[in-house]
Amino acid sequence: MSYPVEQNDKFSAYAYPERLVSTEWLAAALDGGALADGKLVVVESDEDVLLYETGHIPGSVKIDWHTDLNDEVTRDYVDGKAFAALAAAKGISRDSTVVIYGDKSNWWAAYALWVFTLFGHEDVRLLDGGRDKWIAEGRAITTDVTAPSPAEYPEVERKDAPIRAFKEDVLAHFGKPLIDVRSPEEYTGQRTHMPAYPEEGALRGGHIPTAASIPWARAAAEDGTYRNRGELEALYLGEAGLKEGDDVVAYCRIGERSSHTWFALKYLLGFDTVRNYDGSWTEWGNAVRVPIAKGAERGTVPA
Amino acid sequence: MSNQTLPAALAEIVDDFQALTEPERLQLLLEFSQGLPELPDRLKDHPELLEQVVECQSPLFLTIETEKQDPGSPESVRLFFKAPPEAPTTRGFAGVLHEGLDGLTAPEILAVPDDMPELLGLTRAITPLRMRGMTAMLGRIKRKVAASAALKA
Repeated sequence: MSYPVEQNDKFSAYAYPERLVSTEWLAAALDGGALADGKLVVVESDEDVLLYETGHIPGSVKIDWHTDLNDEVTRDYVDGKAFAALAAAKGISRDSTVVIYGDKSNWWAAYALWVFTLFGHEDVRLLDGGRDKWIAEGRAITTDVTAPSPAEYPEVERKDAPIRAFKEDVLAHFGKPLIDVRSPEEYTGQRTHMPAYPEEGALRGGHIPTAASIPWARAAAEDGTYRNRGELEALYLGEAGLKEGDDVVAYCRIGERSSHTWFALKYLLGFDTVRNYDGSWTEWGNAVRVPIAKGAERGTVPA
Repeated sequence: MSNQTLPAALAEIVDDFQALTEPERLQLLLEFSQGLPELPDRLKDHPELLEQVVECQSPLFLTIETEKQDPGSPESVRLFFKAPPEAPTTRGFAGVLHEGLDGLTAPEILAVPDDMPELLGLTRAITPLRMRGMTAMLGRIKRKVAASAALKA
């Protein structure tokens, strides 16, 4: 870790406190000139492609999940070459400390962090509470264009296996825990898309058999910060029934909401093996000869 | 689809978008989001008079009214939108439709092709999902205009 890690009571209870920073910590770091030498880079990643332009943390750069991180031709993430070019253009070096924040309780920020992790970027952290908390606290926001000094970033091969699950992996995973982070209506099959969001073309409604339903936002408090360790344990160890050492797969609709849960399981509760199934319901719900369960019951392991 | 069937103001907006690179198009959409007029007070205080377009990714409410400039002229349709500042993409679409369609007659609005939003050249940058939201916004306007015209016929 190249930048000092924040120490506070809430974070120190987590398995990897170095993965979060508070708004106070970031504000103090910025005041101290942390952005000057590229050791610390602040990245905003939002659902809305224009939100950053309406005002962002001074000195922060924007990374868009759709235009920057996805490869539209392969339904995959960008490769090492494209990621290196993106990072370099944003002023990020391999040893930079990257702090990511975004809208909607860091939903998309967690997704960007997960993609950074696919490339093994070592020191990448989330701003606890994200964009909304920063603004609610009246902290500095600007529409000034950030012009980062280009950095050098090596071409690193993406390593999917440790934190990314494909459909075949999920089929082979049956018998081990799955977490469905979508809304209850999506889980039961009453609807195939998020409430108030447009239909996204899944042919069947329901969930992956045996998956526990823990909507992603339950891991966030009202101010968008992650709930404390005790609350997260009640949710995932208690309600979902996970046990220490479990190998877990989380999924949602296209893998963005489940990145938020992936972060909580991996870094806050310390599960070693947690994978995000980014194909999620838009793949599973449409796939041929793949079983689903309907209704509120988790269902049983398919024969 | 060609621009020839579009009302002049909308055709001009489409031309502006098409002349730009993708990052510039996003910037222009941002400007439209900033230019979206506030609701008049009589609607501001009556959210029940607006309808939500649920297909949009962010909360977007709209309504229409008709007015006559003078007794001999055809009625023109006025458009009203409400979308939060933290949803600039949605606001931008609303701004495009407002500038392109506000004050036109019902037949002029009904003649706008349903897939007009595709002409803005934004699909790649803002995801097909959001384009569906904009198409739904136009569809809702046309449905309301058609219903209002039918009532008067």
